[in-house]
Amino acid sequence: MNSVGRTERTEPLNVTVAGACAQSRHLLEVLCILQQQLLHLSDQTVCAVSEHLGLPVGQVESVVEFYSFLYKTPRGKYHILFSNCPSCGFRQDGRNLLHVLCDRLHVVAGETRADGLVSVDETSCIGMCDQGAALLVNGIPITRLDSVKIMRVAERVETEVALSDWPAEWFRVEDNIRRSGLLLKNGFAAGAGIRAALARGFDATLAEITRSGLRGRGGAGFSAGIKWALCREAQGTAHYVLCNADEGEPGTFKDRVLLHSHADAVFEGMTLCAAVIGAKQGFLYLRGEYRYLLPQLQTMLTHRREVGLLGNHILGQRGFDFDIEIVVGAGAYICGEESALIESLEGKRGVPRNRPPFPVTHGYLGQPTVVNNVETFAAAAHISLRSSAWFRAAGTEKSMGSKILSVSGDCSAPGIYEYPFGVTMRQVLDDCGARDVQAVQIGGPSGTLIGSAEFHRTLGFEDLPTGGSFMVFGHERDLLAMIVNFAHFFAHESCGFCTPCRVGTTLLKNGLDRIANGHGTQYDVDEMKRLGILVKQRSHCGLGQTAANSVLDCLHRFPHVFEQRLAQDSHEPCFDLDAALEEARRITHRDDAAAHLD
Amino acid sequence: MSAGANQPEFSPNTFTMDGIEIPFKDGQTLMDAALAAGVYIPHLCHHPGLTPHGSCKLCMVDIGSGRASSCTTPAVAGQQVSNNTPALNEARRTLTQMLFIEGNHLCPSCEKTGNCTLQAMAYHLGMLEGHFPQFFQRREVDASHSTVMLDRDRCILCELCVRASREVDGKNVFAVAGRGITARLIVNSPSGKLADSDLEIDDLAAHICPVGAILIKAHAYEIPIGWRTFDLRQIDEIGPEKVIQARVGHTDD
Ligand SMILES: Cc1cc2nc3c(=O)[nH]c(=O)nc-3n(C[C@H](O)[C@H](O)[C@H](O)COP(=O)(O)O)c2cc1C
Ligand code: SF4
Ligand code: SF4
Ligand code: FES
Repeated sequence: MNSVGRTERTEPLNVTVAGACAQSRHLLEVLCILQQQLLHLSDQTVCAVSEHLGLPVGQVESVVEFYSFLYKTPRGKYHILFSNCPSCGFRQDGRNLLHVLCDRLHVVAGETRADGLVSVDETSCIGMCDQGAALLVNGIPITRLDSVKIMRVAERVETEVALSDWPAEWFRVEDNIRRSGLLLKNGFAAGAGIRAALARGFDATLAEITRSGLRGRGGAGFSAGIKWALCREAQGTAHYVLCNADEGEPGTFKDRVLLHSHADAVFEGMTLCAAVIGAKQGFLYLRGEYRYLLPQLQTMLTHRREVGLLGNHILGQRGFDFDIEIVVGAGAYICGEESALIESLEGKRGVPRNRPPFPVTHGYLGQPTVVNNVETFAAAAHISLRSSAWFRAAGTEKSMGSKILSVSGDCSAPGIYEYPFGVTMRQVLDDCGARDVQAVQIGGPSGTLIGSAEFHRTLGFEDLPTGGSFMVFGHERDLLAMIVNFAHFFAHESCGFCTPCRVGTTLLKNGLDRIANGHGTQYDVDEMKRLGILVKQRSHCGLGQTAANSVLDCLHRFPHVFEQRLAQDSHEPCFDLDAALEEARRITHRDDAAAHLD
Repeated sequence: MSAGANQPEFSPNTFTMDGIEIPFKDGQTLMDAALAAGVYIPHLCHHPGLTPHGSCKLCMVDIGSGRASSCTTPAVAGQQVSNNTPALNEARRTLTQMLFIEGNHLCPSCEKTGNCTLQAMAYHLGMLEGHFPQFFQRREVDASHSTVMLDRDRCILCELCVRASREVDGKNVFAVAGRGITARLIVNSPSGKLADSDLEIDDLAAHICPVGAILIKAHAYEIPIGWRTFDLRQIDEIGPEKVIQARVGHTDD
């Protein structure tokens, strides 16, 4: 907070801040608006926001420093973030598109060009893995990148063409629905689920949801019916419904498609939940990367209010009052963890809470709260409309219904595939046109790495649970590079609350970098295993508890991936002397042979 | 602690820790109950009377096949808890090493040496070296306050000062900002400096720091090295709580 920011005149800043505060009651949204307008959040801005909202300056500062899309130092007028997910990553046909753009624009990655026009950096997966390499420019996605398009982007930046005048085609995001099942095949008329629930009664609707066997689609697979019942029984001054649309797991984009093309079912599921638990207010927590969907979703909410599906006396039912507000995140994977999401919604850093108590009794503002995934709510709406028997007809004994998969990576038809639970991996691979597959990462970096010997395994809570990410790695892929990518992801996304994850994810990252760079020894491999187990067993929340999964899986199933990279000498120094000279080289503008040790 | 007629093994309000039966009251955590019974569980971010935090993870225990932080886990009758086992202490030693190499802890030149809970923990767990390569993070020192000094190099982000200020002192002097390995302690004042905050020398927040990150000026080395708390006794004999109590008493006079 002590850096000398840019000189800003107090008067206009106060006016700008007041304007932003008038637009939203949520600290995070106010900060996002100001970030867009001022290109950074200086110490003065932080103080002004704290004054306007009556919040401690320390709270505002702590939030600004937490979220990836909020900056203390100015970003460019064009701020470009490449998605660094291994599926949709920016390395294409052997070319690093980020470097191509940086070279063309004479900008150093992570820094803002001296004239303030442009900044280029990378960001965690933006959920466009089925659209080719992708980036965000001032928060809006551009898909299907190649070096030609990168050159065109550079031209428009240099000549300061307004984003609204860039080719609309660049911003097109396809649904790519390749296989439809229960939820995607069947149409859903707005209001149909609520009408069915009104006819049946809300108690009977809860019973129907419970009977359907619907389990959470976002992670742990907890029974939706039991969760709603627990929340309904919990005492509180108000009850809340939260829809988790943070979808931060790299390689997952099915919630993007549901929100783009099936949002009515999602909102309707939330409304049914509200009816069951007695909530008047709901929130949809939309990841910052999907902000481009906001106008469309707002229009939809407005429409639902107009036709009596939201607001007071829904469909004429006295006392059935409920409305939904959309709150947008700002770049933090941890905010998908339900209690961190609640903290974020309350205008704080997204740090997971201690449990018990659980959100169903002490959630948003300490009140009983249901948090469910986008797909869970959509399924609930369909179940209300069509019955639990219809739902149970698909799937397996412990995994009823269908699962929507986000398939990406080395296959000919990446996109959205909906299957009944119990489908084999081989079936999915055949359907998406994946040949010559080395491994599949199921459930994203936090999930399971499976090799070809086990492609007979099935997707479902009995065998391989998944939030929906299905990343295909062909034989050409360097698996170790994937593991390194994941390790960087977790170190970057750790919230920093608990010791094993805060320090452990960085140690894992450093150790894997060392091995990948050919400086690792068997000792380093053993250390990765020991550290990985500690981080997995002793971390506070699901992020840390799964952060080492891919390393441990890879050590278990693909040990040669590590072995073939190890240095022959078992006495490699842990300190890279040559790398330590990098700063000196940069300062002296030298990169000749004599400036290196090797 | 007599066994009820129908429950030969446990009276309803006890659990066992390493085979020892420990009584507890409703709502008590494993840590509360163990401390009250005089059983030491290693801990750094816990202080009786402050809201449990659960961040350092030194207090982790095994319950059957499950795992838990004892400072935040409610005691349940009949639980079988493992605490002082070689495996748990090895994991605790690794966590302590992590805390050492993440910050910049040069014990011989630190005023807190001998009174430092982190250092005492290292001795207690038989930690002989940092083991991992140092992170050498750059962290800011704040010497602006007239009587209290903040050296972030040694901060272990336990948030004891944050909670003490809010919950006991009735102020809100400290907060943690940022994320992951770049998370850092900040001061809740417009300049971000301690001098601009309402921290006073008698605040619990000024004395509760388990390491040498928050130090009282003009009182350095009043007790010579060799005669300090943990020079004389092991951490598990007294626990850090009494040290803090003594510290607050000491500067009050
Ligand atoms: C690090 C982390 C990230 C998560 N991200 C998401 C997410 O993006 N979307 C989601 O629905 N659940 C996510 N979860 C799971 C949620 O905590 C929670 O279990 C879920 O939203 C509950 O909804 P469900 O029962 O309908 O699945 C995440 C969990 C962790 C630990
Ligand atoms: S496990 Fe990681 S993300 Fe979760 S609380 Fe700990 S530091 Fe934060
Ligand atoms: S300054 Fe001390 S008490 Fe405060 S968080 Fe850091 S280590 Fe803990
Ligand atoms: S004492 Fe329990 S986590 Fe720190």
